Amino acid sequence: MLVVKALTKRFGTNTAVDNASFTVDEPKMIGIIGRSGAGKSTFLRMMNRLTDASSGELSFEGRDVLTLTGRARREWQADCAMIFQQFNLVPRMDVVSNVLHGTLGRRSTLATMFNLFPRDDIHRAIDILERLGVAEHAAKRAEALSGGQQQRVAIARALMQDPKIILADEPIASLDPMNAQTVMEALRRIHEEDGRMVIANLHTLDTARRYCDRIIGMRDGRIVFDGTPAQLTTGVARDIYGAGADFSEGATSTAINDHEPVEEAERLIAKVQV
Amino acid sequence: MSFVETDFRANYVALVARKRLYGGIMLAIFALLMISGFTLADSRNAGGFWDGILNVFDFPAAVWEDTAPKLDQLPGHLVTYFPSLVETLNIAAVATLVGTIFGTLLSLLSTRGIARWPRLTGLFRRVMDIMRAVPEIVVALVLIFVLGGGPVPAMIAIAFHTSGALGKLFSEVNENADLKPVEGLASVGARWGQRMWLGIIPQVSPNYFSYALLRFEINIRASAILGFVGAGGLGYELKNAMSWGQGKYDEAAAIFILLFLTIVFFDQISSHIRNRLTGEGAH
Repeated sequence: MLVVKALTKRFGTNTAVDNASFTVDEPKMIGIIGRSGAGKSTFLRMMNRLTDASSGELSFEGRDVLTLTGRARREWQADCAMIFQQFNLVPRMDVVSNVLHGTLGRRSTLATMFNLFPRDDIHRAIDILERLGVAEHAAKRAEALSGGQQQRVAIARALMQDPKIILADEPIASLDPMNAQTVMEALRRIHEEDGRMVIANLHTLDTARRYCDRIIGMRDGRIVFDGTPAQLTTGVARDIYGAGADFSEGATSTAINDHEPVEEAERLIAKVQV
Repeated sequence: MSFVETDFRANYVALVARKRLYGGIMLAIFALLMISGFTLADSRNAGGFWDGILNVFDFPAAVWEDTAPKLDQLPGHLVTYFPSLVETLNIAAVATLVGTIFGTLLSLLSTRGIARWPRLTGLFRRVMDIMRAVPEIVVALVLIFVLGGGPVPAMIAIAFHTSGALGKLFSEVNENADLKPVEGLASVGARWGQRMWLGIIPQVSPNYFSYALLRFEINIRASAILGFVGAGGLGYELKNAMSWGQGKYDEAAAIFILLFLTIVFFDQISSHIRNRLTGEGAH
């Protein structure tokens, strides 16, 4: 289905993604983990074609993604929705308009200028908002919503594209734990109910473990781990993050559960302060 | 420790002394330029500056002499010239509108990060430089020669200059625009025009509007001046009334009053609107 072969991206002398290869045979929910600067974002941006790759191949259902141009490239972008850490909505426009932007790849510029969206699309946009539980904010400006609501609007925009793949670049990194959970559950539901592939960059291990079927670990641009959540032991995680023996998952956890992780985090902080 | 301190003090005193020296040199150069420029201008002047300065008030006096006895006709003159005023305002309004459209396009094409063709930003910037550098009156003179007198050449001339001037200001506004919405739109496969229209324009439009209003004020003055070279409107009437020895200074006075009131009116209105715009939507 998705085949990535020796994908590489260089910025000057710095290699952001180094010879990354993997294949995905069926729509799965995949989490990519790794510390900041490991190349996770660059990889997703290359997939969506926001950034051009330096070398390598990427094909989806036989489509050679990296060589697409013009109309074909816009069609691919319609099939491959993206969700950003900072939501990247148009803040001054209302929520439904933002969701309707998902159809821009099929719209002419002139129709866009006069705000001519078909009535069916408008109804569909509101249905999607309903599904994600933010329909009551439909007429508000996007900037008036909370972070978690904005991210759900961004997911609605992605669904409006009716994509085959949803890429999520740190979708919960600027959200509080409650909203993070809502957003992750929404992504998981979309994967299960619609059968769409979801690839999410995550920076908390427990999130990746809980919501993903498969986890890919990146370090300094290379893929250093590729397996199931069960295979991701603490030792492996230490390798991915390049951390020492005092590394603990609980310290970065954003989950709302027992007190243990919090206590552990506090103990760690106390240790640092000494 | 103390050694370092004294060293530091000495350095700072030297720095201050150097700054003072530069300031003094700048002042000397400035004074020299002033004096030499003035003597040159004075020697080239037809009558000589010091002889002419005493006659400065002759013209207002002549205007007053013509107007005072016919003061009752002044309201009539104001009505007579009102259509020309409307023409002048029309030229300015259309030119501002056209200039804003072209300025917007040029500014988007010349802002790094959002340009359609990133390698051509330099080219579009130079185009705007040229458009800005050529004064309206030069363009108008050429166009009047080609197209004949009238409001259209004046409109084109002002629109040309306005595109360049507003393009520069707009592109500075664009540089401060948030690119996140643009990236979001790019990810769904939106074209450049769609990204600009939905991602950039909503953010920058209050600032654009404020600059366009400011330009409208300037263009009213420009359009009045262009009348002098035969582009119609109030300036044309003023030139006719002011020509020597016709005894029509009372009409000139009426035109001066109209022009003054109009400019004050639009200055006030536009500064009021701009204050409100930058008050609420500024970022």
